[in-house]
Amino acid sequence: MKSKPVILKVKRQDTPDSKPYWQTFETPRKPMANIISCLQEIQRAPVTADGKRVNPVVWDCNCLEEVCGSCTMLINGRVRQACTALVEKIESPVTLEPLSKFPVVRDLQVDRSRMFDNLKKVKAWIEIDGTHDIGEGPMMPDAIRAKRYVLSECMTCGCCLEACPQFKAGNDFLGAATFSQVRLFNLHPTGQAQKENRLDALMGRGGIADCGNAQVCVEVCPKSIPLTESIADIGRQTSLKLLKDFLSK
Amino acid sequence: MIKRRRKVIIIGGGLTGLSAAMKLCELGAEVVLVAYQSLKRSHSVCAQGGINAAMNSRGEGDSPDNHFYDTIKGGDFLAEQPLVRDMCYQAPAIIHLLDRMGVPFNRTAEGHLAFRRFGGTLYSRTAFAGATTGQQLVYSLDEQVRRYEHDGLVEKLEWHEYLGAVLDSEGICRGAVIYDLRTNHVFCLPGDAVILATGGPSQVYAGSTASTVNTGAAATMSYLQGAKYANGEFIQIHPTAIPGQDKLRLMSESARGEGGRIWVPKIPGDPRTPTSIPEDERYYFLEERYPHFGNLVPRDVASREIYDIVYQQKLGLGGEPMVYLDLTHKSKEFLDDRLGGIIDTYTKFTGQDPRTTPMKIFPAVHYSMGGLWTDYETDAQGMIDTLSPRNQMTSIVGLYAGGEVDCQYHGANRLGANSLLSCIYTGLMMAPGIIQYTKNLGKAPEDVPTSLFDQAQTFWSNRLTSIRKMNGSVNPYQLHKELGNLMMENVLIVRDNGKLAQAVEKIDEIEEKFQSVQCVDSSDWANPTASFINQLYCMIHLSRIITQGALMRDEFRGAHYKPEFDLKQPADFDPHEYIDYLERSSYEEVPAEAFPPGHLDYMKRFEANNEKWLKTSIAKFKDNKPEITYAPVNTSIMTPRPRKYD
Repeated sequence: MKSKPVILKVKRQDTPDSKPYWQTFETPRKPMANIISCLQEIQRAPVTADGKRVNPVVWDCNCLEEVCGSCTMLINGRVRQACTALVEKIESPVTLEPLSKFPVVRDLQVDRSRMFDNLKKVKAWIEIDGTHDIGEGPMMPDAIRAKRYVLSECMTCGCCLEACPQFKAGNDFLGAATFSQVRLFNLHPTGQAQKENRLDALMGRGGIADCGNAQVCVEVCPKSIPLTESIADIGRQTSLKLLKDFLSK
Repeated sequence: MIKRRRKVIIIGGGLTGLSAAMKLCELGAEVVLVAYQSLKRSHSVCAQGGINAAMNSRGEGDSPDNHFYDTIKGGDFLAEQPLVRDMCYQAPAIIHLLDRMGVPFNRTAEGHLAFRRFGGTLYSRTAFAGATTGQQLVYSLDEQVRRYEHDGLVEKLEWHEYLGAVLDSEGICRGAVIYDLRTNHVFCLPGDAVILATGGPSQVYAGSTASTVNTGAAATMSYLQGAKYANGEFIQIHPTAIPGQDKLRLMSESARGEGGRIWVPKIPGDPRTPTSIPEDERYYFLEERYPHFGNLVPRDVASREIYDIVYQQKLGLGGEPMVYLDLTHKSKEFLDDRLGGIIDTYTKFTGQDPRTTPMKIFPAVHYSMGGLWTDYETDAQGMIDTLSPRNQMTSIVGLYAGGEVDCQYHGANRLGANSLLSCIYTGLMMAPGIIQYTKNLGKAPEDVPTSLFDQAQTFWSNRLTSIRKMNGSVNPYQLHKELGNLMMENVLIVRDNGKLAQAVEKIDEIEEKFQSVQCVDSSDWANPTASFINQLYCMIHLSRIITQGALMRDEFRGAHYKPEFDLKQPADFDPHEYIDYLERSSYEEVPAEAFPPGHLDYMKRFEANNEKWLKTSIAKFKDNKPEITYAPVNTSIMTPRPRKYD
């Protein structure tokens, strides 16, 4: 007996300025299938459920093992990575939509460059003297390393920002991912040299004070990064800095 | 005279591209970094287990020389020894650099770097950041490059694809042809030099651990433009991956490095759950067959043994092509700390918890030891000349390559945790030579006639237009699958000349079919299909290099296994005997009694085989096919000898 096909309802958009529309596809149900393999089936047979030959659905992906951050989309209304969305665990019909907080490029593909630009604003790097062989890095307790590692797993996928009520297409809110990166770099012995600069960047418009504490970011993070902890920690760091700045005036 | 900034175009934003960008900026060059997607999404993030450097932090007596020996032996003596030695000697400095850049490497109780074991060595030599080391290294290099971008030295062109080199009348590379994947426009980037850091070609196989961008197209494009492609037939099959529809997900060697054991039930098709099968009814075949290295034999050996267990001994789990990789004897805390990333991956994709249930795994195509032929130069002492413009230069002047796309570091089989090292090493080491090269260049990019760029632009623009107009009956994604399956069936772990010859013919048929491809996407905005069809064309040529190379190489070396040409090493053979034999045979006829029975014959076979085949195969594009010739390998530091791991 043939098993029931997977039904995919895809929100499509041809160009950044054109109107979105919906199309339905049916793909064969296969063992261990995920949303990516279904979209690949559509590439191999780009025909809608009602038999219309259309352009294949366009989406972003690369590693297919949830480590590159590329394939974020809304699956049945929930923001997540398409690669770890296993078909057998999702209710069919499955709706696929592009992220709503970022400009659509085409179909499920969006432009997340805002996230990468934010990393520049907060100087998300360690200022090293150079690449030459000048010896070991700073000694560090493994507990600090473990704390940093969890934060460093952020793959700039955008899930936390999509879910955040404060982060909107038109505003300049930096968002949880960026706050958490500041915490990551401020935790590093060498990174601390730039700590004040990073906090400054978070104390202006779109900074930490704009966070409404909705706490949804942490719920959708595919890497289980303790984002609310980061927000609280950065809140403390900026408050302390405010006080220090005030006293030293 | 105003000193002008040198402009280097780097294709690829993985470990090699980022390392090269960082080093070149530091040396005062201007960099344009071209990437198929946003940076941070490159395939380097998939590397899990770690990066090798012999720092002897556990007092095991490890040294860069040991690292060199293991790498060369692991690669069955086909790697270029002066380069590998330099890489192994630079490795500790590279780890320190990465540590200074903030990579969250796991640490010891005292706060020093922690190291773990990996395949093909008996030392704890692998630095690691949980089980997502590649991701962590990419991020910290990306951060350094972002810093240079912030300072205005790096220009990023993300969502752009490299189509080919712009070559002048002397065949010198003067820039790159770039395809904007959003607007679908083609334009030329003039530059002093171009670096290809474009990764591996595993997408030519249907079942691989590769990311979707790993089509090998950029390398193939260079081959089609006249660059040499070396050792293409050496494709690494990783012993442990999770089966899947869209890809086979890697299950890091670090799982075994941290104590993971491979086994199958002794009873074929045993229906019991793995945890209810008692110890004495389990066959730990790697431990039994290789008591010395056990589960940490090199990848080529482990994959062949799993293949044998499943297909010859018929001991696969429930008759399926799978074996157990068991971590259940380790504590949950230990596993979460050291292997958290891969444990999550396995759980997410299979729904089973490796902390309580043994994982089901099978080999998958993983890495290409071969790639674009690249050059290097040694000084009078045989050490790498660090300022030589020849370092990492392809056979096209001004076109450089590094990382998985090159060919010199891993011979016939790569050791685990050496790829991150070779990626970063090549990225860093080629930079001073490239600066030197640009200083020697007579012409600045501005002095090159614009007609050269116009021609290249027109050629590629027309080519993509004609691809978009392709209106046959064949779906390109379907044809890709067909090609991938063909390669899986014929050019994998066990190779047979009859099947390889057939595969060569079938690739011709696929090329025929390619003529009837339909560009199934009609859009002129952000159309990935046109780009994919061009990549598919490249993959057809690349499969031919791999298959033709495999067909012609009549021997068994590293990952290239042809049972017909197995030299049948005697079970009690000791590789040192071979060194004795070489010495003795240099001054006298060695009597058979000098060695245990059968050994002398074996050593003679080994010597004759090396005489014929210890060579780099080099493919050149000629009459639409690879013309393969053989070039000597530099084995000046360590005498090639039989490998043994049991």
